Amino acid sequence: MSKTIEEINKKIKKGEAVVVNAEEIIEIAREKGIKKAARDVDVVTTGTFGPMCSSGAYFNIGHSNPRIKLGGGKAYLNDVNAYAGFAATDLLIGANALPDDDPRNKIYPGEFNYGGGHVIEDLVAGKDIRLSVTAYGTDCYPRKKLETLINIKDLNEAVLFNPRNAYQNYNAAINMSSKVIYTYMGILKPNMGNINFSTSGQLSPLLNDPYYRTIGIGTKIFLGGGIGYVAWNGTQHNPSAPRNEKGVPTRGSGTLALIGDLKQMNSYWLRGTSMMGYGATLTVGVGIPIPILSEEILEYTTVTDADIVAPVVDYSSDYPNMVSNTLAEVSYADLKSGKVEIDGKQVPTASLSSYSRAIIIADTLKDWIKNGRFLLTEPAELIPGIESGLNTKPMNERPIPD
Amino acid sequence: MIVSKKIVLHFPVRLVDRSIVYHLIKDYDLELNIMKASIIPDAEGLMVIEVRGEQTNYDKGVKYLTETGVRIQSLAQNVMRNDDKCTHCGACVTVCPTKAFKLDLETRLISFDASKCIACGLCLKACPPRAMELHF
Ligand code: SF4
Ligand code: SF4
Repeated sequence: MSKTIEEINKKIKKGEAVVVNAEEIIEIAREKGIKKAARDVDVVTTGTFGPMCSSGAYFNIGHSNPRIKLGGGKAYLNDVNAYAGFAATDLLIGANALPDDDPRNKIYPGEFNYGGGHVIEDLVAGKDIRLSVTAYGTDCYPRKKLETLINIKDLNEAVLFNPRNAYQNYNAAINMSSKVIYTYMGILKPNMGNINFSTSGQLSPLLNDPYYRTIGIGTKIFLGGGIGYVAWNGTQHNPSAPRNEKGVPTRGSGTLALIGDLKQMNSYWLRGTSMMGYGATLTVGVGIPIPILSEEILEYTTVTDADIVAPVVDYSSDYPNMVSNTLAEVSYADLKSGKVEIDGKQVPTASLSSYSRAIIIADTLKDWIKNGRFLLTEPAELIPGIESGLNTKPMNERPIPD
Repeated sequence: MIVSKKIVLHFPVRLVDRSIVYHLIKDYDLELNIMKASIIPDAEGLMVIEVRGEQTNYDKGVKYLTETGVRIQSLAQNVMRNDDKCTHCGACVTVCPTKAFKLDLETRLISFDASKCIACGLCLKACPPRAMELHF
């Protein structure tokens, strides 16, 4: 059995495509068998909704009168530092950016109540944002100061661009020390007090296409409540991570860079997020359709939480000190049950990503496709797989000569 | 463990002009945010403060206050969940000391049982989208 994206699109246009989410397909394949399921089902939709720090937005504010050149100056959005290093009127804001006067961790643990992720949420929600700029002034761009409200509807372009999202598998975090620690994986209580993890497991995009057979540059996706595209592989994309017999990586591995028009997104799916003691970030909703082009591809989408194993990593000492040490391997089925046993101790678990919202994303995408609103795209190029030999290198730190 | 609590302090007349607050900050390494203060000469003083610091320091500070004769009253407060903001991630589940949050294994939704809440405040800052709110 094999199908093409073109054939699937024809069915979508006629409203005849069979679309199910990555949870439903597990049962369908169990009942019908892989062969029949692959024939019957055209698209499997995935979803994830979790904090994704490597996210940001860029936009063009238009020219003021007289003109001002942002490039090389300083710019703030609701007091949060924005990056003004591109031309006169383009600005970039990253999810982790903070106001200069945020106390950060000076009062430990810092609260990080408002940062770049919150600016993006407010912008998408249609709220006015305070922009303040200082520039150095040139003959053609004489103005040196600008204080104004801006609104997404007045911006020329507003684009969400996330250099690294949708991690394919990730660490489960634990704290082996005797004091509480505040991490990007949440609050970790001392002496293995809890384990935090962040994935939608069997619903997660890259875990349903573990060898990147269908996802590539130009793949059309659900992003932040609107439509986006895979722009590239994500930073730290690591297809060479170890895998189990089903091809599922057992460590952090593939990632995606995502892009999309912010103007058609929705603040319900782009949430400013505060990780106590760590920083501000953005919770991003991502859903990717997997075209069932072959039985092999269908089989990958039947992955269950029991098949996906996460490494339990100590965030008090091993993680910060780059010690690669896995304390245990636990399945997502176990992690999602609310507790796992580590060294004979029952450790409560909690998730940072919302499974119930991930299902809503997968189902929304399913409806879009079923209703003919969303056609699949042929990727211009697949993202690098195992054959690329690509892996993530640590920093090669070298002294700077005097 | 860092705690943050809102309490009402009642100062008897004899203590009103003593620098008790200063001692709390200096000797017990606590951070104070004075939310309301009414200190009238020759009358009982009243102060609503938010105290933040290590639990052990907080306990010692409270002991010091009680010993000097300050009456401490916990501010009647109510922790509520803003359902528009809650993403049902689950980060609060392991943070709450009284197990007021529960994960429904079927729907994967997180329920909040306000009757179990002791208003310790831990979830307020632990909730990533800040869905837990303090109401008076
Ligand atoms: S941590 Fe906050 S957002 Fe997450 S489930 Fe708890 S209350 Fe809801
Ligand atoms: S205030 Fe404390 S007791 Fe109440 S829900 Fe939050 S963590 Fe639990």
